[in-house]
Amino acid sequence: MLVLWSDVVVWLLVLSLVGFGWQLKRDALARERWRLVAQSHTALASSVILLWFVLIALADSIHWRTDDPYRPVVSVLDVALGKMATGQEKSYSAPFAIESLWKETRQTEDGSVIRAPVALKYAGTHLNDASEQATDIVQQSIFWLVVGAGLAAILVMLLARLRLFKDTDIPWRTAALTLVSLSALSAWLWGMGQSYHVLGTGKVGQDVLYETLKGVRTGMLIGGLTTLLTLPFAISLGIAAGYFKGWVDDAVQYTYTTLNAVPGVLLIASAMLLAQLYLAQHAELFASEQERADVRLLLVCLVLGLTGWTGLARILRAESLKLREMEYVKAAKAFGVSDGKIIGRHLLPNVGHLVLIAVVLDFSGLVLAEAVLSYVGIGVDPTMPSWGNMINLARQELNREPVVWWNLFGAFAGMFTLVLSANLLADRIQQVFNPRATRS
Amino acid sequence: MTTYIIRRLLWLLPILLMVNLLTFTLFFVVNSPDDMARAQLGNKHVTDAAIAAWKAARGYDLPLLWNSEASGWSMLSQTIFWQKSVQLMLFDFGVSDAGRAIGADLAQRAWPSLWLALPSFVLGLLVNIALALLLVMFRGQWLDKLGLVITVIIMSISGLFFIIGGQYVMAKLWHWFPISGYEPDGDLWRFLLLPIVLGVIAGVGAGVRWYRSILLEEADKDFARTARAKGMSQWQVMRKHVLPNGMLPILTGVVAVLPLLFMGSLIMESFFGIPGLGSYTIDAINSQDFAIVRAMVYLGAVLYVFGLILTDIAYAWADPRVRLGDD
Repeated sequence: MLVLWSDVVVWLLVLSLVGFGWQLKRDALARERWRLVAQSHTALASSVILLWFVLIALADSIHWRTDDPYRPVVSVLDVALGKMATGQEKSYSAPFAIESLWKETRQTEDGSVIRAPVALKYAGTHLNDASEQATDIVQQSIFWLVVGAGLAAILVMLLARLRLFKDTDIPWRTAALTLVSLSALSAWLWGMGQSYHVLGTGKVGQDVLYETLKGVRTGMLIGGLTTLLTLPFAISLGIAAGYFKGWVDDAVQYTYTTLNAVPGVLLIASAMLLAQLYLAQHAELFASEQERADVRLLLVCLVLGLTGWTGLARILRAESLKLREMEYVKAAKAFGVSDGKIIGRHLLPNVGHLVLIAVVLDFSGLVLAEAVLSYVGIGVDPTMPSWGNMINLARQELNREPVVWWNLFGAFAGMFTLVLSANLLADRIQQVFNPRATRS
Repeated sequence: MTTYIIRRLLWLLPILLMVNLLTFTLFFVVNSPDDMARAQLGNKHVTDAAIAAWKAARGYDLPLLWNSEASGWSMLSQTIFWQKSVQLMLFDFGVSDAGRAIGADLAQRAWPSLWLALPSFVLGLLVNIALALLLVMFRGQWLDKLGLVITVIIMSISGLFFIIGGQYVMAKLWHWFPISGYEPDGDLWRFLLLPIVLGVIAGVGAGVRWYRSILLEEADKDFARTARAKGMSQWQVMRKHVLPNGMLPILTGVVAVLPLLFMGSLIMESFFGIPGLGSYTIDAINSQDFAIVRAMVYLGAVLYVFGLILTDIAYAWADPRVRLGDD
């Protein structure tokens, strides 16, 4: 068993989400609002998809060491994906191909020397002849789609038996349909991934679908952890500025104006360049490359968090300025209630919805930002599987002949699904919790 | 008004000072000139003499804040802080670690950046507002709903995909545009058109939603309802009531970012080989040229602060109810 720092963070993030859901049990108003959120078809379907991503990230966050020198550290996800994770080819191959994209010189049986693609080591090995490929793909596809859909359908029926769906306002049918299609798709990808490279292979022969799935954890972590890191700064400083006014307000405003004045990318770049320098000079601190990449990932989150709290702090400051003039706050003050208690009882609960909206909005923005940072070379470690790194490589791959588009497609599909689901959910949450706000 | 602006400037000056101190701390205290030299010369097999020579050539061999070996005024001025940070404060950008004059580079590269950023910005603004106006006019109807779906989808796609995809399809496959490059005289537009178009497309999702929500707020107000009630057509309500009132938040938002256009766009410029300040920054980051990074940080801060002042002035100019100076 090997516990990476980021594993701890992922589990803590998910636990805090569960805790957040648990305390809703006591809060009737919040529960009512979340029910309104769930009443939207798109929001519910998006939540199911997001949950799926969370599960992938969780499975990828339990690691242990192995004796295999090529794969010193594996996760539950690696094991679950089977041949997708282990089927390492030599270099590029197209989606569903059984022959390589590169050519090798070899001698045929009659003695002549030819240059031709070679058979892949891990794709279509069960076929007797290349002509069977099309039929095999169709047959297997039908099989896995039916298996996936069937399993999900059984699960849904079991849940229905448990009378979990008694809340008739919520479009359970949509949720069930999303689950069934998601499950069918996953089963198909998994099943086909055992005998083919569904999205082809990349430069060093790794399965692109596997790489895409590994990118989920990186993306989720950057979005989730960074947002969480901004919260303490944003909440404490924003509320303090608005509530106490005077020099506190001046100091906080000065701090965030200064931070905003430095161009974002340059601030992150400066911090990351320094961090890189430090990591390079202290290479002995890390047992494996993966652990060093892991620390760098957390550093990226930290740096993004340090620069990202200003937006929410500004919103909270404005709101606190308004709230402190409310009669109930004035009354509490007149009764001699301490500032800390007023903030805890009257201000914090009343800005909760703003924090929630900022969290869901920032999440998708940060997943997108990761790609840009990796492109500039100040994002996650180049050895770490991430969508940003895949896009970065894709630039040269598009100039190859024939064009290698599957890396770009894999990153696109993963990122788009995650960000779109998050955006749709964020929209609905905003609509319910703060219907009058303008979205930036 | 004048006194207000002067007061505002005095409030903003400490921000520039702080930015400068911050970069000084980051680049000279946290990260010593020795580290920089080692990173530049290669971490291993580097002699102390080589490091000393590298530092001396760039003026990094001085003490940080106080030169006890010098006498009189030189005790302050013969230091890294004075030579680098204070000079930067006074817009003397100095020499890059690779030995080029940064000030001259900036002056030369600002123009390509501006040629790309300004048309992208203006065109994007016009397209966004026009589309937002259309959605608000058909509020709640299928066009509005369809528009919202499309904007969410565009927002969920990383700008990198638009750039990579657009460059591949429109330049490489269809040969509509040159793939990348820049020619200062002659065929400038041929090179700039594709990045401009892609920039507008990539920004249309968030932009339309933002302006739609601003305009929607105005469209819900009493005067707009009254105008509709007295029989004005939807288009006239938009033109005469909604748009003019929505102009205030739009204008102040625009003025705030206008100066920052000088900084150029990192990704666009490096993808399309435009020799502007954005690609200058990326090159500096990649070659770890801290002198350029410092200069760009300061330039960005100055432009940001300038934008803040412009915003205040725009408020007072556009909204007669706002009076600057007597608060």
